[in-house]
Amino acid sequence: MTNMPNYVSTTNACKLCKPMGATLAFRGIEGAVPFLHGSQGCATYMRRYIISHFNEPMDIASSSLGEKHAIFGGGPNLKQGLKNVTDKFHPQLIGIASTCLTETIGDDLPMLLHEYREMTKENPDVPILVPVSTPSYSGTHMEGFHAAVRAVVGALAEESVEQSNSVVIFPGLLSPEDIRYLKEISSHYSVPFTILPDISDTLDGPALLEYEKIPHGGTAIESIKKLGTAAAAIEFGWTIDNKDSAGLLLKEKCAIDHLRLGLPIGLRESDSFFKILKDLTGIETPEVYENQRGRFIDSLADGHKYVFGKRAIVYGEEDLVVGMTSFLAEIGIRPVLCASGGKSGSLENAIRSVCDGLVSETPLIHEGMDFYEIEKLADELKPDILIGHSKGYQLARKRNIPIVRVGFPIHDRIGGQRTLHIGYKGAQQLFDSIANALLEKKQNDSNTGYSYM
Amino acid sequence: MQNNVIDKKEGADLKISCDKESTAGAVSQRACVFCGSRVVLYPIADALHLVHGPIGCAVYTWDIRGALSSGPELHRLSFSTDLQEKDVIFGGEKKLAAALDELIDRHNPKAAFVYSTCIVGIIGDDLDAVCRKVEKEKGIPVIPVKSEGFKGNKREGYRAACNAMFRLVGTGDTSGIPEKSINILGDFNLAGEIWMIREMYERIGVHIVANITGDGRVEHIKRAHGASLNVVQCSGATMGLADMMKKEYGIPAIRVSYFGIEDMAESIYAVAEHFKDDEMMRKAREVVKEELSIIYPKIQEYRKALSGKKAAIYVGGAFKAFSLVKAFRLLGMDVVMVGSQTGTASEYRELQEITDPGTIIVDDSNPLELSSFLQEKNVDIFVGGVKERPIAYKLGVAFCDHNHERKEALAGFIGMLNFAKEVYSSVMSPVWRFMPKVEGKSND
Repeated sequence: MTNMPNYVSTTNACKLCKPMGATLAFRGIEGAVPFLHGSQGCATYMRRYIISHFNEPMDIASSSLGEKHAIFGGGPNLKQGLKNVTDKFHPQLIGIASTCLTETIGDDLPMLLHEYREMTKENPDVPILVPVSTPSYSGTHMEGFHAAVRAVVGALAEESVEQSNSVVIFPGLLSPEDIRYLKEISSHYSVPFTILPDISDTLDGPALLEYEKIPHGGTAIESIKKLGTAAAAIEFGWTIDNKDSAGLLLKEKCAIDHLRLGLPIGLRESDSFFKILKDLTGIETPEVYENQRGRFIDSLADGHKYVFGKRAIVYGEEDLVVGMTSFLAEIGIRPVLCASGGKSGSLENAIRSVCDGLVSETPLIHEGMDFYEIEKLADELKPDILIGHSKGYQLARKRNIPIVRVGFPIHDRIGGQRTLHIGYKGAQQLFDSIANALLEKKQNDSNTGYSYM
Repeated sequence: MQNNVIDKKEGADLKISCDKESTAGAVSQRACVFCGSRVVLYPIADALHLVHGPIGCAVYTWDIRGALSSGPELHRLSFSTDLQEKDVIFGGEKKLAAALDELIDRHNPKAAFVYSTCIVGIIGDDLDAVCRKVEKEKGIPVIPVKSEGFKGNKREGYRAACNAMFRLVGTGDTSGIPEKSINILGDFNLAGEIWMIREMYERIGVHIVANITGDGRVEHIKRAHGASLNVVQCSGATMGLADMMKKEYGIPAIRVSYFGIEDMAESIYAVAEHFKDDEMMRKAREVVKEELSIIYPKIQEYRKALSGKKAAIYVGGAFKAFSLVKAFRLLGMDVVMVGSQTGTASEYRELQEITDPGTIIVDDSNPLELSSFLQEKNVDIFVGGVKERPIAYKLGVAFCDHNHERKEALAGFIGMLNFAKEVYSSVMSPVWRFMPKVEGKSND
């Protein structure tokens, strides 16, 4: 295995910061406003970053701490900020993520919120306040995302003696299109589903006549409160740390069965998902999905030669990398490097497990990587294609190879929010995109320019 | 009425409050000190820009400006010390020194800027000491930028950036610089704009010593004190440096804008006037005439289509807003709202003077407020940055990107034509007719 020197500096990071992930998760809850306890810049930078992917409004409030607050504590500004957000937005919930600044000056978020609740207990309009600790100097946006979902479950899910047949899905950071597809799938089973969070409308809504203070959609607060009555909770993501797992918290708190799966990307991971749905509901996989599966497999026969043996570098969030690698192995592409800026410690095991029996050689698997290191390895590995978010574009351009954009962020193309990754239909679209990217490259590079494949 | 908004119908007395911290809980469109420093210094293409802090600050500013370089492109990489919990506890100085050592050896930059972020201000790393030490070892300027995010707004960041650059100015050899020479301050070479501006000045016989900072080079900034005049664009970003250079080296400064025909022409005349050179002024008139003859007929075409349409402006600095007001006037359009993130009271007063009665003038706004103005005024096009774009699009309003991320050159004479074309291609698109409509209002 190629060894990387241990660089001190980071160049072109392959991860984002923890509070960013928390704001995305809070955006998927009905009537919620994400709020950062920190200086103004964090909120503005993240908004800009998120807007450039989703092309949707993304309001993130901030306690806008200044120098004196950094010295004397941010409590007064936090409380003033919560009051102002409540007055302006009338939210049902405010999701408050800390930042490196407020973690380091020692602001005790739960205590400050307790004080605020005491101050405002006469006021019936005070929204639910959910704090989450997201110091930017640890973890990545994914840890922030999961921690925020867990915090919401911790704050809202009620213990219950009732038991329903409902199913909870913690999907992680998928695209709005993915979440819509999940909702469509779940509508075929005769049990209620709760997907938490649900960004399908809040980060990909229709054109409007009136600007919505808070975009409609998101997981209903009432449904979250009732999570304790569910029959089971499905959590996507092999690399989620137990301490960040919403599913495990629900299990501890309300004794709900916890089923962990990978992101349902590609054939086998999607099969596992549909099998679990069948096990939980007793309902056979609906014909429409059996047909999608059949067509996908049929297309693999049609297109296998164009992708076989091509060398791919996959990078991005750890669980997305696991899912994509699993899928690439299935279609005959050879993953040569799986890289992430995250450091869960479980990336390698997860990839070995999903590739089991399909690859002759385990790809290089590296956590804690940046694009400088990925590029160094690419010089040796000579990939044919990159699979990941748009920040790999410079590398693809330098090497003159195609990049198939998946995940978050996609800043140089439209439609990132409409990219479908999951299920048989997602696999189909990914396969078509990848095969066509390779065909286009071959066609462009050829002197003849054949008009048939 | 909120105190960050004035509406001229309701009172001519301007009591806008600005240059203050944003209100907690408002979704301000403003950024932070670090952002201010980062955007100003970013285009210096042969310097290493190392962000000392957790990963976010570096990753959100990776390649964000459309600032082009004619040579090295070190500025397009995002360098960070990626501080971790243990660094926060035990201090990040060692990591910073090691990162600088590693990156300077790897890239051989002409100088290094080290940006401090919120957390560095709190844990108390001695940036000066580390930079001094590395500077000695490596033999290049290693300059701390005091840009802790919470220490104010973007303006403070501009100041920190100017202080950092001022450490370079005066350290280079000025021999061979002709008398009729200038520095161009406050243009960032978005989409190659500074190249067009340089060409204009060169055509009238002016020598350019340093671009500050578009397509900027460390060696040029070091000898910038050899120029006879600083030509400064934009309200806040680089005026501080011009002030310092005036005090230290007696170099006068003039303020210009390159947006719009009038302002662009004035920028050339002002330099010729400064040098009291008849020949230069003659050439300046020629240049303006020549350029206008190329673009004017085409602009008239756009004007025909756009005349009477309503525009709203919300940009970073108020100075840009002045030019945009004039540019829209040239296109026969009405400005119904104008605002900025960081304008000063005197700038807002000036905006009030140059706009029509009834125009909304706003400081440090937020999405809720901006969306209500767009609707209230039934705006045809909104000019702003990435954060404003989805507000316009969600409400079915045309949009023109006019911030530091844009990829179209909007400065200079050609820039005015590009601007007209940008506005035209958004306003005239057929897509707006399919947007949800208010009863009785036409979308055509």
